Amino acid sequence: MIRQPDPKPDVMRRRDSIVAGLRKLLPESGVIAEPLRLKPYETDGLTAYRQVPLAVALPETTEQVAAILRFCHQNGVRIVPRGAGTSLSGGALPLEDGIVLGMMRMKKILDIDFADRCATVQAGVTNIGITNAVSANNFFYAPDPSSQLACMIGGNVGMNSGGPHCLKYGVTANNLLGLKIVTIEGEIIDIGGAHLDSAGYDWLGLLTGSEGQLAVVTEVTVRILHGPEGARAMLAAFKSNEIAGAAVDAIISSGVIPVALEFMDRPAIHACEEFAHAGYPLDAEAMLIIEVEGSVTEQDILLEKLSDICRRFDPISIRVSQSPEESLAIWKGRKAAFGAVGRISPDYLCMDGTIPTSRLPEVLRRTQEMAAAVNLQVANIFHAGDGNLHPLIMYDANDPASLHKAEVLGADLLKLCVEVGGCLTGEHGVGVEKRDLMHVQFEPHELEQQRRIKSAFDPEWLLNPSKVFPLAEPAVAAAVLPQAA
Amino acid sequence: MTLPATTEDQIAAAVASAVAAREPVHVQGNGTKAGLLRPVQAARTISTAGLSGITLYAPKELIISARAGTPMPEIEATLTEAGQYMIAEPPDLSALLGATGKPQTLGGVVATNLSGPRRVARGAIRDHVMGIRAINGRAELIRSGGRVLKNVTGLDLCKLFTGSYGTLGVITEITLKVLPAAEATGTLVLPGLDAAAGIAAMSAALGSPFDVSAAAWLPAEAVAAMPALDGVSGSAALIRIEEFADSVTYRIGRLRDQFAVPGAVTLGTEASRSVWRDIRDVRPLAPHAQDAVWRVSVRPSAGAKVIDALRPLGAAGFLDWGGGLVWLAGPADAATHLRVEAAARAVGGTWTLLRAPDTLRATVRVIPDEPPALARITREVKAAMDPAGIFNPGRLYADL
Repeated sequence: MIRQPDPKPDVMRRRDSIVAGLRKLLPESGVIAEPLRLKPYETDGLTAYRQVPLAVALPETTEQVAAILRFCHQNGVRIVPRGAGTSLSGGALPLEDGIVLGMMRMKKILDIDFADRCATVQAGVTNIGITNAVSANNFFYAPDPSSQLACMIGGNVGMNSGGPHCLKYGVTANNLLGLKIVTIEGEIIDIGGAHLDSAGYDWLGLLTGSEGQLAVVTEVTVRILHGPEGARAMLAAFKSNEIAGAAVDAIISSGVIPVALEFMDRPAIHACEEFAHAGYPLDAEAMLIIEVEGSVTEQDILLEKLSDICRRFDPISIRVSQSPEESLAIWKGRKAAFGAVGRISPDYLCMDGTIPTSRLPEVLRRTQEMAAAVNLQVANIFHAGDGNLHPLIMYDANDPASLHKAEVLGADLLKLCVEVGGCLTGEHGVGVEKRDLMHVQFEPHELEQQRRIKSAFDPEWLLNPSKVFPLAEPAVAAAVLPQAA
Repeated sequence: MTLPATTEDQIAAAVASAVAAREPVHVQGNGTKAGLLRPVQAARTISTAGLSGITLYAPKELIISARAGTPMPEIEATLTEAGQYMIAEPPDLSALLGATGKPQTLGGVVATNLSGPRRVARGAIRDHVMGIRAINGRAELIRSGGRVLKNVTGLDLCKLFTGSYGTLGVITEITLKVLPAAEATGTLVLPGLDAAAGIAAMSAALGSPFDVSAAAWLPAEAVAAMPALDGVSGSAALIRIEEFADSVTYRIGRLRDQFAVPGAVTLGTEASRSVWRDIRDVRPLAPHAQDAVWRVSVRPSAGAKVIDALRPLGAAGFLDWGGGLVWLAGPADAATHLRVEAAARAVGGTWTLLRAPDTLRATVRVIPDEPPALARITREVKAAMDPAGIFNPGRLYADL
């Protein structure tokens, strides 16, 4: 088990009175304290780590969130905010002496304004739920993380989530206009609104990606966009990762920025094809999925430009979709990727480092060498246009040695990302997973500066305290990723 | 006392010296924006003007890094040569603020987070700052972000520094995301629309599938003053498309048919560039040399209301960002300022007093006060970055 802060003995002793206190603030069904019913909250998308919380609180209004935070603040109780629990970095891993603040009951769409192109929703609305609410008018909410059917907008704000279409449309931070937040003292504050660029410090920007450590987000105002006239995908298969990487470079240099530019290596192509039967070329070492938008004529012109570029790189095959149905088929394998890899290996770690795109071929080669050296399989499926890698490291959860090996390899791959000029996480967040690697990217005084900003919001470190930062400096030097239990 | 610095270490030493002496510091680049927000009273000045030069440019990775004092014209020329551009299209405000004889610096553009017409479609400066290096109030070098396009590692201090007007530290180097410049630019000019009708048209255009990259409304006097709009009479809404040439023709044609406004005019690439440069640089307000200037950000549909509310006081204005950015010029007195505040507040917006005599700047809220709970966080975060409180005291708020 990853190291957690020591539970506060006085909080553990007062468990019953804390639960009773919470019950006074919420309707009967809003507080969970029975061990059996706490079980579903013990983990998130990073299932290797588990911890049953002290209790779960399920508010339905901002005022209830404020009451809970005030109560926890007065009683020294730690809080782990949670949306749908899809975090791949353990961002919602509970604490033994802390409550989980589950936002899933706050799922109202509060306002949609097509003229001003914005929507205000509660934090527990799913990512796809926003798009569904505006799609009848051909509008959509742009960031599209793979978990978009389940993940909630509050969690997207917490992690600054991305997705394949971020190459054109930007990540969560670029698509927000306003937030309603609750501070640890239980104060409700509106940040931004329906307008752009508020004067003063950019709280919207600082809060986005702060992993639930500064405040609790209860409402979000997002920008909504009108969809393009149409979109179409193409697929290009190449003889090596290096060649595909060079094709990515050439595309970006050509002045065409596709809406999406996804890369799959041989293990990923095989896993996805076997699972989804998308018609992927099994003789390829690497494959790109490229999507463009516009009218049919515009799509034709762009796809022809892109095909011309790909032809310069001795492709094995190029397949340009001729219909929306064929585009869906091309995307089908990519969208099913995690499930597909899950069929080969039920357990895998999904890493998330970002690198300068010029280092792509080298990093992919070294990834395979490092995996082979420890006898693990890695599949690569990632956002090539922005260099955001997602190596999927397959392991066997029934074998602690296998998980440990996978964790060490994962940490080494992230160190490699930093070494070539990149970073530890592009869109999944630090969570608990990469917490103890933060010293690879930051100097101690830089981490200290970030900690002081957290303290400015939350002096007693009650909000999601065991995430992002190494628990204590002395542990930093010793630990890579702590060994799982 | 101005401390000359040409390296990050010298900046850090200058900060350490100011901290030791407990003397406040005016942080600036070339000082072209010293007239923005509140005046700073400080015994010392730390200038980043000597900290100049592009340190990394990787066009294929859509990334450029430069030291804070690098003149914007140098960055823009380098990008243009490679067929790329600054996505947020930052303005050159010298027509408004007066030319100092020196160009604005990248550090100044980032510290003020001022974005131009493209902001409505492609994001602000703050959306494109991928990495930052700055000296904090402990004289330490703090890095945030990096040189890659996607990065959520740790707190996003790039966002915190951007737009902080030098109050949290001295920015020494910045990495920006850039994009390929479009092959062609076209502008659809819809004449004869008042502000409200202009906003309706701009909202329809920005809510269309055609990826409009800017939308502005100009009153008759501004239209008449732009040579590229020769032949257009009265007020007008302007809608810009930046794309491959064929797409510009197609999309402008579709929008023109959709709106069917009599007398609609289409501008080609050169005329478009000239018009949008003027809008970006706030040239329509240049004739109002004696007036104060405000920049009010509201939900787009409320833009006309703000102009209407100020017109009786003799204020003139135009709209950018589809109606969401209201530029106003009016009498430089506290009464007019309070009316601007009230008009912005009434529609849930925000304001910046961009130009005014020092006496007015020092006595009114140049930007809105924050609610008490947030103002407390502001003070705590300021103390976390600048414990001695030496950087640009009073620039944003009188008590900060």
